[in-house]
Amino acid sequence: MALLKTENISVSFDDKKIIQDVSIELRKGELVSLLGISGSGKSTLFNVIAGLIVPDSGRVLLNGGDITGRSGFLSYMLQKDLLLPYKTIVDNVALPLTVRGVRKSEARRRVMAHFEEFGLSGTERKYPNQLSGGMRQRAALLRTYMFSDEVALLDEPFSALDAITKSNMHDWYLNIMKRIKLSTLFITHDIDEAILLSDRIYILGGAPAGIIEEIVIDKNDVRDPDLLLSENFLTYKKTIISVLSR
Amino acid sequence: MKKSPNTISNNKTTALTAAVTRVMPPFIAVAAILLFWNWLSGSGAMPSYMMPSPASVCRAFANDWKILWENAATTLGEAGIGLALGIAASFVISVLMDAWKPLYNALYPIVIVSQTVPSIAIAPLLTLWLGFGTTPKIVLIVITTFFPITVGLLDGFKAADPDALRLMKSMGAGPVKRFIHIKLPYSLGYFFSGLKISVAYSIVGAVISEWLGGSSGLGVFMTRLRKSFAYDRMFSLIIFISLISLLLMLAVIILKWLIMPWERRNRSASTKG
Repeated sequence: MALLKTENISVSFDDKKIIQDVSIELRKGELVSLLGISGSGKSTLFNVIAGLIVPDSGRVLLNGGDITGRSGFLSYMLQKDLLLPYKTIVDNVALPLTVRGVRKSEARRRVMAHFEEFGLSGTERKYPNQLSGGMRQRAALLRTYMFSDEVALLDEPFSALDAITKSNMHDWYLNIMKRIKLSTLFITHDIDEAILLSDRIYILGGAPAGIIEEIVIDKNDVRDPDLLLSENFLTYKKTIISVLSR
Repeated sequence: MKKSPNTISNNKTTALTAAVTRVMPPFIAVAAILLFWNWLSGSGAMPSYMMPSPASVCRAFANDWKILWENAATTLGEAGIGLALGIAASFVISVLMDAWKPLYNALYPIVIVSQTVPSIAIAPLLTLWLGFGTTPKIVLIVITTFFPITVGLLDGFKAADPDALRLMKSMGAGPVKRFIHIKLPYSLGYFFSGLKISVAYSIVGAVISEWLGGSSGLGVFMTRLRKSFAYDRMFSLIIFISLISLLLMLAVIILKWLIMPWERRNRSASTKG
């Protein structure tokens, strides 16, 4: 059974249809990407799944339960880390727990247990402006994980990082995702990133936007150190480009 | 790589030079003004009782030290109570205005316009309505300190990152939690900017309202000195009032430093990861 599922989501703003009949699903342990050019309605769909936008029609199901238009079930992470500048890293990460009413000391204790795993040891008492971009994204990711340890919704989380940090973060993310058994819905406009990380890719396109193609990435094909230059990688890339430019 | 002792001492020297070049100009400017003032009072262009020399002002300052503080106690008391009430009022009003849009739209223009009303002009009216006691003085201080803080808080609430608010909402935080975790801390910097102005206003407001009557206070003392043509003592009183305002503003800066540790300057991004 799908962990997270959308059924025929349609959204319009000011009588203009933005997305139409979008049905996607995310299974346990998967990383699924939503790939589309800028303005293709990716983030709108994301906000629907996060419960911040009520769709005109369609449903969002988490573990089979209807969470359409209800926030508080799934947390998301954006390109902007949204770490609060006035809270220490530990308090930032503990925010989802304190919001739920967990006592501060207890919340701190619970999040501290994950600092080492997320490569954040030693940053507990620091403020966000003392951390590098990659570290901040990791802290933001831990915060997302503290909110929902099943599904991570990530909206272009690495696109503001420099190329080397970004590449490190990709390896790190795939690794930790497996270890903490997280399933991920990932938004990106970066084709390379999508192929590199995903088990499946939904391509969003058209106006109003819909899913125009679903591509399954065979991980055995791409687990190659020189992945970006491999034959298989380029085949996937060619396919995606041709779908996007149709 | 370790720096050789030589480079370190070189760095120290350059830092010292930089500090000196930064600090020197205001000292030179103040010295120039004092010298000009001294020359002016000694030149006979004006009678010396009207234009006392810096030295005689300093003497007056030393002689009046005790009286100044006795009167300052009254003034500071009024300013303190007025400022506390002003902060409380602006906090309540700005939170309500932020929570309820129609109230914001109704009151914001009034808040802005009323800032332009000179306190000197309303002080006599308040005395007329409320008498010569402490009440009109405190009311005037509340009025003058209320607006800078209110405007500061409202701007601060507005400055809260909408994405952060949305994230909090997605975590299931209601309006109260969103306010406590996002809007309130975002407004702190603005609050302190407003408070710095209000602290100075509170002293000025207290002095002005004391001009109109009362038995003690710096404003009352100033009126007495003016009537007895003791201008050297009056100059020393003016300097005293400035010093008190400056010290209070410094106290606000220190308070901000203590309450907002994440804003401290030398917290550079030292740990890259």
